[in-house]
Amino acid sequence: MKVLMFGWELPPYNSGGLGTACLGLTKAMATQNVEVTFVVPYKVDVHLPHMKVIFAGMPVKIKGVKSLLYPYVTKEGYYSALSREKSPFYGCDLMAEVRRYSMLAAEIALSEDFDVIHAHDWLSFGAGIEAKKVSGKPLVVHVHATEFDRSCDHINQEIYNLEKQGMEAADKIIAVSQFTKSTIVNHYGISPDKIEVVWNGINADEFRHEDGENAVSVLKKGGYKIVLFVGRITMQKGPDYFLLAAKKVLQFNPKVYFVIVGSGDMEQQIMQQAAFLGISDKVVFPGFLRGEELNQVYRAADLFVLPSVSEPFGITPLESIVNGTPALVSYQSGVAEALKHALKVDFWDTDEMANKILAVLDNPSLIQTLQNNGHEEIKNFTWHSAASKCLNIYQRLFKRH
Amino acid sequence: MAAVCLYFQVHQPRRVKRYRIFDIGSDHHYFNDDSDGNLNNRKILEKVTKKCYLPTNAILTELLEKNPDFKVSFSFSGIFLEQLEEYLPDVLSSFQKLIKAGGKGEFPRVEILSETYYHSLSFLYSKEEFRSQVKLHRERIKSLFGREPVSFRNTELIYNNDIGKEVEAMGYRTVLTEGVDNILGWRSPNFIYQAAGTKHLRLLLKNYRLSDDIAFRFSSKEWSDYPLTAPKFAQWISSVNGNGEVVNLFMDYETFGEHQWEDTGIFEFLKSMPREILSHPDNRFVTPDEAVTLFPARDTLDIPGYISWADIERDLSAWRSNPIQHDALRSLYALEKRILQSGDKNLIEDWRRLQTSDHFYYMCTKWWNDGDVHKYFNPYSSPYEAFISYMNVLKDLELRLKQKSNRNRTRKSVSG
Repeated sequence: MKVLMFGWELPPYNSGGLGTACLGLTKAMATQNVEVTFVVPYKVDVHLPHMKVIFAGMPVKIKGVKSLLYPYVTKEGYYSALSREKSPFYGCDLMAEVRRYSMLAAEIALSEDFDVIHAHDWLSFGAGIEAKKVSGKPLVVHVHATEFDRSCDHINQEIYNLEKQGMEAADKIIAVSQFTKSTIVNHYGISPDKIEVVWNGINADEFRHEDGENAVSVLKKGGYKIVLFVGRITMQKGPDYFLLAAKKVLQFNPKVYFVIVGSGDMEQQIMQQAAFLGISDKVVFPGFLRGEELNQVYRAADLFVLPSVSEPFGITPLESIVNGTPALVSYQSGVAEALKHALKVDFWDTDEMANKILAVLDNPSLIQTLQNNGHEEIKNFTWHSAASKCLNIYQRLFKRH
Repeated sequence: MAAVCLYFQVHQPRRVKRYRIFDIGSDHHYFNDDSDGNLNNRKILEKVTKKCYLPTNAILTELLEKNPDFKVSFSFSGIFLEQLEEYLPDVLSSFQKLIKAGGKGEFPRVEILSETYYHSLSFLYSKEEFRSQVKLHRERIKSLFGREPVSFRNTELIYNNDIGKEVEAMGYRTVLTEGVDNILGWRSPNFIYQAAGTKHLRLLLKNYRLSDDIAFRFSSKEWSDYPLTAPKFAQWISSVNGNGEVVNLFMDYETFGEHQWEDTGIFEFLKSMPREILSHPDNRFVTPDEAVTLFPARDTLDIPGYISWADIERDLSAWRSNPIQHDALRSLYALEKRILQSGDKNLIEDWRRLQTSDHFYYMCTKWWNDGDVHKYFNPYSSPYEAFISYMNVLKDLELRLKQKSNRNRTRKSVSG
């Protein structure tokens, strides 16, 4: 089975969970005899042994042309990137650049040999549609997030349209959770029969468990506890609710640090909010972390919190559990439907969030029980099983063709 | 001869409401959830009354009135009876009427068993507390039904040799427990056994296959013997003749109408089952006390480790298999001495209500991995929710205890 896959990003150059998911899935596919050609709007030299990575610009032979598309790009973000480049090759706005990228992708489809097309999220849906047009091969679109998750109530209509077109043109849609499947059915008018849920995974054996001292673990000296947030600091991820809960926790237990790992458009606002709440001295911003550095922070924490307002899946709680730290996740996340051995809360219910955080900090037995059971449960979340499900979908489409 | 010993456990806990850390110090009512959810004790009692207690009581009362050979035994937890008195006195009357229909005499046709008032695990933590609760239960049974039980069953049929010794010392003749395979070995549960380490204590062992055919499998369409009819069941009972003396059918009373809904035909089954069983001339019904009078002990059973009727493990793991359960139990019983010394009636009562085994059952995570039937019995959305509310409540209880002892100290110093 040969797959032409369109993505946004791949680690180590990723800025979010989408890249982690694409890499995990693709690696697992490679072990199941699936040949993946992965296309990303990238200019950096990426070497991954199991994959043939093609830059969107190269095969269409427009030398020196790179795409200005980058993950989680916004209209404004594109303009500022464009103004820095001052090159006539790029699209005059985000949508023009997406169209240009889609056409280049279609040319790759002409020169590559594949059985099925798999496109991840809206930025690559256009490419998927074009590739399907020129090749006549079946298209699978994989929805890791929708505009409703990212933008809450300020929907970008153009992105919404692109998402809807991709879903409609697809032969099959993969949603990362039941939660996301409902969004696709309710907001995009897609028949539930066309959508299959494939939960994300984690390769637990890739994580080491060495405790090293780091900027976060030293905070524990003096008997302090650590409650951790990891994610882009944006409205979607609910960092503001995290702070409101923190304020309440500190009223009962002042010996707690709240660590916010990540960066994003709300960073300044969140720092100001912490100051306004009078808890700046208990909120720590180490910035964006990745790899072993991030794992050490996970391990140093007593509890990980995912307070997302709308989270299609949420791989970070899995990462936390793999690192031995229990998770409290919002019910407004896909991972809440997948994980039994995690604490759960409505993102807006900051009283309950504080109640549960305090329960974990006060009762070592609760941490231990969540750890023991989480350790077992996490074994069910493998990229291998996610890849098998995708492969099964490919095979059914392949037969139909 | 095959004698059938029917025993029903009737119990409802006082479930702890959702209790947050913010409630500590301000809300001292732990069991008064008034939502539409599954923690509203009154609502659950009303629901089960309608589906099970009233219709089943009516059937059994009629059976007792019309069939002089029909016999049955009950164990009512004290915490169940006090909730009936509080919320549904009519249902209590209905039970009283049923018991009356079984007559009096040396062997009334309805036997009432002893247990711990609070349906607790107290034996595991404090023998003194265990004895106090058995005594409380005896008093309640005497005042409500005019009976003095002679047979005992511990919470969820939990048993071991130590319990046997203790219970014999308290004057009981018989204990009901589970017919666990690895204890019985080649032996059959369908005989009376002597309890190891006791002088005369007799054990009645649940025949879990036949009991669970009714309690769990009755409506299961995947079961090869579905549908279970009264004649078929009576035939299974009759086939015990020659290789057993007493078949102990022990189950939750809520089997009838609540676990097995009315539309499964469970009530029709219950109505005709006694007649079908008695249609075989060698069959009869017995109460536990009658059973140990009629049949001798055929062997001695040595049960050093705890057994129970819960889950396939039939041990304590339903209540004590993960750190949160151990922690909650340890924290609860750590308060014993101070609570009892406080002499505060309300504190003692709340502490005892928190001992009901169900609280710890809700915290069990072992079956949660396959999300099976046990979820049905858990009113919390997860074992962790159960634990969090419970531990917050314990904190409030401890706070009240501190306040109480501070007040006592102040009073003493004032008067002294």
